[in-house]
Amino acid sequence: MGDKRRVVITGMGAVTPLGMGTLPLYERWAAGVVGIEDGMGACLEFNPSDHFTVKEARRLDRFSQFGVVASDEAIASAGWNGEKPYDPMRISTILATGIGGISTVETNHDLMRQKGANRISPLGIPMYMPNAGAAAVSMRHGLQGQSFGIVSACTSGAHAIGIAARMIQYGDADAVLAGGAEATLTEFGFACFRAVQALSEIGISRPFDERRDGFVMGEGAGVLMLEEAEAAKARGANIIGEIAGYASTSDAGHLTAPDPTGRPASMALTLAMQDAGVTPEDISYVNAHGTSTDLNDASETLALKLALGEYAYKIPISSTKSTIGHLLGAAGAVEAIATVQALNARVVPPTLGLETPGEGLDLDYVPGQSREMVVVGDGPPVAISNSFAFGGHNVGLIIKGRG
Amino acid sequence: MSVTKEQVQERVVEALASFGPDADTITSSATFEELDIDSLDLVELAQIVEDEYGVVLKGEDMKELKTVGDVVELISTRAA
Repeated sequence: MGDKRRVVITGMGAVTPLGMGTLPLYERWAAGVVGIEDGMGACLEFNPSDHFTVKEARRLDRFSQFGVVASDEAIASAGWNGEKPYDPMRISTILATGIGGISTVETNHDLMRQKGANRISPLGIPMYMPNAGAAAVSMRHGLQGQSFGIVSACTSGAHAIGIAARMIQYGDADAVLAGGAEATLTEFGFACFRAVQALSEIGISRPFDERRDGFVMGEGAGVLMLEEAEAAKARGANIIGEIAGYASTSDAGHLTAPDPTGRPASMALTLAMQDAGVTPEDISYVNAHGTSTDLNDASETLALKLALGEYAYKIPISSTKSTIGHLLGAAGAVEAIATVQALNARVVPPTLGLETPGEGLDLDYVPGQSREMVVVGDGPPVAISNSFAFGGHNVGLIIKGRG
Repeated sequence: MSVTKEQVQERVVEALASFGPDADTITSSATFEELDIDSLDLVELAQIVEDEYGVVLKGEDMKELKTVGDVVELISTRAA
């Protein structure tokens, strides 16, 4: 492991139901604020005209707009100040999404039904393609290394970060802007997720609670600036964390239900810890996938027990989805950001809405309110961020905070 | 229905302004390049023109057009 190029986090950006930017994400969650209203986690503070010209706004689906705004913040907070510290060909962009530009699809499909196929906008495809966000970010900032979207439903954002880390480790890039964006709070989006019986009927996200009845859909984006550690140090970057390990497995089982044993998911976590060179006793916090669905929260608990053994009962575990809902393809990225923030604040934010854990859910899910993080070991604090998805995709990220 | 060139000009300016550029920069002599109007915008403009005036503008028609005046001229001629 020693000869691997290391991947540090030097900037972060977020658009979430808790507000614009990364700061409200941490501050409001830690304070116990729930960003869910009327059964959805909408980004009510997001106003396109604050960030885009008319031309830019009308050429970007809402998911891409979120991704671009989060990327702008990530670049600014990395202190690039309009100058690229690396060869543009060695700066990459991975912006994941679970669905892509669904509202653009809907609008154009309506147009086709109402006015005919030849009235579909020429901007339809370039706006709804799932890589549109990555393309927009690359173009906006002149990032000429590899750029693409990653699509793996609710693990998309975590996959983006993992693959970005590999790109840097292998030497294909010196910096990667990596994250996820999603905007599916549309009539069709709700109808589809309702049909698959994944959404909460009562519109409350309360992961691990016995009354949990499904996830609450949210929207937004999270983007991290990842840089090769030595290069980041050489330019005097403010290093806020590290992507220390990544692994991904697949259930190869059911299309939507997680493997009930939690085994393939646990392997993603175990392999990620091996990748980072850490063991369960080194972990100070787990940011759970914690969707508030019956199936996820049960199988995730089993996966954690398999991966962490006796430490599963000692390590505090909380779910960001309890405050913002499920951001689908953006979830893994936003939750990675929330994990970094928790590590650096030495605070474990709570699983809100959790009162009585469901049957068999006997870990420490940090119900109700934040608590001080007890950092185990001598080095920087280490956390696991879990992501699981429809399709049976599992991702484990090992994230280190500041020492 | 006959349309005047002024009416066409007004409608074209309105359409182009909805794509981004300020209305007062959209003069007859302004080029699409200056206005940052690209081929995707021109396809949208063609759809609007067809709806309004029944004039079908194909890709090859649009290729020759450089200025706002060019497109107004073409539409006015064909609509007449």
